Amino acid sequence: MQRTTLDLWVGIFVAAGVTALFVLALKVGNASSVSVSDGYRVIAEFDNIGGLKVRAPVKSAGVVVGRVEGISLDTRTFRANVGLRIDKRYPFPRDSSASILTAGLLGEQYVGMDGGGDEQNLKDGDRLKITQSAIVLEKVIGQFLYGKAAETGPGK
Amino acid sequence: MLRLLSSGLRLVGHRSINAVWRLGSASRFMGLVMLRSGLSFRRFHLIIDELHFAGVLSLIIIMVSGLFVGLVLGLQGYETLKRYGSAEAVGTLVALALVRELGPVVAALLFASRAGSAMTAELGIMKSTEQLSAMEMMAVDPFARVISPMFWGGFLSMPLLAAIFSVMGIFGGYLITVVIIGVDSGAFWSQMQSSVDLRNDIVNGVIKSVVFGAAVTAIALFEGYDAPPTAEGVSHAVTRTVVTSALAVLALDFVLTAFMFTGV
Repeated sequence: MQRTTLDLWVGIFVAAGVTALFVLALKVGNASSVSVSDGYRVIAEFDNIGGLKVRAPVKSAGVVVGRVEGISLDTRTFRANVGLRIDKRYPFPRDSSASILTAGLLGEQYVGMDGGGDEQNLKDGDRLKITQSAIVLEKVIGQFLYGKAAETGPGK
Repeated sequence: MLRLLSSGLRLVGHRSINAVWRLGSASRFMGLVMLRSGLSFRRFHLIIDELHFAGVLSLIIIMVSGLFVGLVLGLQGYETLKRYGSAEAVGTLVALALVRELGPVVAALLFASRAGSAMTAELGIMKSTEQLSAMEMMAVDPFARVISPMFWGGFLSMPLLAAIFSVMGIFGGYLITVVIIGVDSGAFWSQMQSSVDLRNDIVNGVIKSVVFGAAVTAIALFEGYDAPPTAEGVSHAVTRTVVTSALAVLALDFVLTAFMFTGV
């Protein structure tokens, strides 16, 4: 084969391969969407995080504003410390609240943020005071059964 | 009884010495390939020839297989996911399966049988017809002139082939589920994009394909170089290339997956 045609074919091959990599990165993956590497980090304490995982989204009004960065257990209070990395484009008031919610009936769990009314905004390293834990289905059912038992118990 | 035992032990010892000896010569071989690759990079047209041979000529089989793997994944995934009322998640299924596993692995298997076997046969016949020795006689280093361009050609084309395979597969999945069955196109792409991660899925898939490319090419070249200089020897070497590289790809895939996708 001629040198030039061979070069042309190799050029086409390399270009196709590189295009395929870019298609994978941009169209299939989510490189074009929010990557919150430069944001501020706040810590939220929860009694129970249910099935929350690292890298789960942090949403406010349904918009993804950050990611869960780290989960650890505080062995003095036995509460879960969840580190949230929030995009610096979205400042939140200091008395904002965080709750663990579930997308759909069987979907993944995420952290929902509700803005408060404080004048000051959250800074790097702040702690969220108001949190609502994940709903654990067994506990809800247990409470329901307990309530029922109390209603129709021998006391009445 | 004792003689049987000692002959059995001798067999085991002989086998292990052979295995270690082969491993050592394979490492020396790869060391030489690396050492001489500077020379072949300076004459880059040699590598371009090999890129054409290993990459461009493998394009057709890679693209067609990718397309069909995607079609089958889309069809099977749709049939199963439909039962749970989440047919839109088929995009996620196809993309994750291809980018993480099937793209690198199947592309590497096809690459081993399409390009690896040809490399082994070429080197084996060059050796048995004493072309390699003739080069040495003319003070041309066969490592710099033949073997190391082959290695880099295969090494560079494998990740590109795997990426093309994945893209063709995702296109195939799109074709069957969105165009033919009628899953919503927006949901197909948005569910895929929200669950495929650049660092965790795509970069790891590319790392896998790089590792497989190096492994398959190294095995093919060593088998060819090491082949006994007879017709039978070359034919056995080609068989061994395909079998060994398929096993190596699957074993490496398990190890890499265990490192990449476990834990959080």
